[in-house]
Amino acid sequence: MKHILKILGLLVAVSAVWIGLLEASIVPSSHAWLLPVYLIVSLGCYGFLMVGVGLMFFPTCPQEAQLLHKDIAEAKEFLKKKGLDVGLD
Amino acid sequence: MEKNNKYSIIIPTYNERLNIGLLVYLIFKHLRELDFEVIIVDDGSPDGTQDMVKQLQQLYGEERILLRARPSKLGLGTAYCHGLKHASGDFVIIMDADLSHHPKYLPSFIRKQKETGANIVTGTRYVKSGGVHGWNLMRKLTSRGANVLAQTFLWPGVSDLTGSFRLYKKSVLEDVINSVVSKGYVFQMEMIVRASRKGYHIEEVPITFVDRVYGTSKLGGSEIVEYLKGLIYLLFTT
Repeated sequence: MKHILKILGLLVAVSAVWIGLLEASIVPSSHAWLLPVYLIVSLGCYGFLMVGVGLMFFPTCPQEAQLLHKDIAEAKEFLKKKGLDVGLD
Repeated sequence: MEKNNKYSIIIPTYNERLNIGLLVYLIFKHLRELDFEVIIVDDGSPDGTQDMVKQLQQLYGEERILLRARPSKLGLGTAYCHGLKHASGDFVIIMDADLSHHPKYLPSFIRKQKETGANIVTGTRYVKSGGVHGWNLMRKLTSRGANVLAQTFLWPGVSDLTGSFRLYKKSVLEDVINSVVSKGYVFQMEMIVRASRKGYHIEEVPITFVDRVYGTSKLGGSEIVEYLKGLIYLLFTT
């Protein structure tokens, strides 16, 4: 099944629940009408939160850059010894 | 006794004369005792990348280092197809030539595959003991935003969609690559999403990513538009 159909299916299910709530008037209808707005707002919040948390805990590795420079120097040394042209950085 | 696997490492290059020498040295350093070959697909670099590869062939042997050049710049996806045709290994590893993918992680890809029997092992930058170096805030923000969008809408089952340091079982790569149509940046994402949809067993290993040491980074602003187009395309076709 195409993925868009899964997402549409989910949307249909959510709408069905919403319409059910509207019809059954379990919650006051003025509130029920606003539920989709809440849903969209909370989805947006979730997105921003995830991006924010991701940024805060973005894994970085400055020590890897140093290790890489060491490896590069070692590789250059080896290739130069073997007569390969490794000039021009 | 268990048959020893052979690994084919496919590296597309364009103007990576110095990097390819360093990279090949590091590959041989870290995979010493394994049966492997390095397939370099060079798209007609004017900087003498192919001369460097020929010198490396003399150093390490022509059966270990294969130069499979193409006349002009034909794109990443077709470079893997081209390299794959010449691969004799049971497993294929793809990695970038610019040293942002360090060969010291190769043994962990291979170990992970052996332990789990996975069809694909993909390197991920976004977990503990993985990471990125050399990205500014904008680049990190873009990367996180892109990742959250993809995780929310595609449910891909892997944490790093656009990474291109991966190990594939050869038959799996052949199967997946034929159904992929995207180019450039989106190619890697389409590969892993399609593989995931086909039900292949995908495992992840942490890798670190040190942005290009030599040469300039190839990511531009239009990449974001391409990415979003790719995301929508994948929503409708996978």
